Amino acid sequence: MKNTWPLWEVFIRSKQGIHHKHVGSLHAPDEMVAIENARDVYTRRQEGVSIWVVESKNITASNPDDSDAFYEPARDKIYRHPTFYDLPDELKHI
Amino acid sequence: MKENLLLDYLLQLGDNALVLGQRLAEWCGHGPILEQDMAITNISLDLFGQTRNIFQYAAKVEGEGRTEDDLAFLRDAIHFKNILLVELPNGDFGRTIVKQFLYDAFNFLNYTALLESTDKQLAAIAEKSLKEVTYHLRFSSEWMIRLGDGTDVSHQKMQTALNDLWMYTGELFEMSKTEKELLKTGVAVDLEKLKPAWNKKVKEICEEATLKIPEDTWMQTGGKTGVHTENLGFLLADMQYLQRAYPGQEW
Repeated sequence: MKNTWPLWEVFIRSKQGIHHKHVGSLHAPDEMVAIENARDVYTRRQEGVSIWVVESKNITASNPDDSDAFYEPARDKIYRHPTFYDLPDELKHI
Repeated sequence: MKENLLLDYLLQLGDNALVLGQRLAEWCGHGPILEQDMAITNISLDLFGQTRNIFQYAAKVEGEGRTEDDLAFLRDAIHFKNILLVELPNGDFGRTIVKQFLYDAFNFLNYTALLESTDKQLAAIAEKSLKEVTYHLRFSSEWMIRLGDGTDVSHQKMQTALNDLWMYTGELFEMSKTEKELLKTGVAVDLEKLKPAWNKKVKEICEEATLKIPEDTWMQTGGKTGVHTENLGFLLADMQYLQRAYPGQEW
């Protein structure tokens, strides 16, 4: 199909204080319609209290070919996880 | 049958919402793009929700054992009290938007005025509905402007639709006998008072949309007293088919 509207990525905050989370994408001619379309497509079941949209072309993504160099080295660095501390019993919510 | 003014008024309000909701539902699966398809059907569902609130109250006011479903699915066209504008066919997406905008602008003002109704139940329904209708008006205004001030073709389609539909806007402000009676007790809205604000809104949006407002000429009338266009019968045949063919069917 010719003349299709650009693609937008949609981020929804489920409640105050929580971060916006990517929920999907949609088509819209500009940012205002993108927000309204996101409201109509992604918040019908009370999924959110705030919407961000960004045109998909403005997102720079990592290349899957770089996976080895990017993510492999972290695999054997278990000491980066804070799991080696003995926590006192009275400490909650950690 | 005993005349029940409040019931008649509630049917006027509820039938507008029901018939317009049914019209919009015809877009389901046929919208120009998925996102607009969803937007239109969301509005349709809002209107059905408003219908339910009004009809549940109407059924209680009538007190003869009829339910909200009976009121929606087992009345014939002559007993429907909706204005003619909402029963007209959708036409293309642009025409649907013009029809929706002309009605939304009215509906917003009408519900706002109903907040002050001396009938507390009606005022509560108005308060709940107003949030939805505020979005409807925003949506249809937005698309009036986009399509009116869009391409030559979209502009032409919008202008033609506006010209064709204009003669159905007089009925928005026409007071039925019921409304005049209920205005005395502060239950119903004084529609004449809404007109300046409606004119202002329509003018503002049409100017931005580069659309020319047609001159007031002869206006169509009849819906509020049950005299409808031929379109309503077809719409009801579609909507009521299941309950008529399989009475009492549930799902």
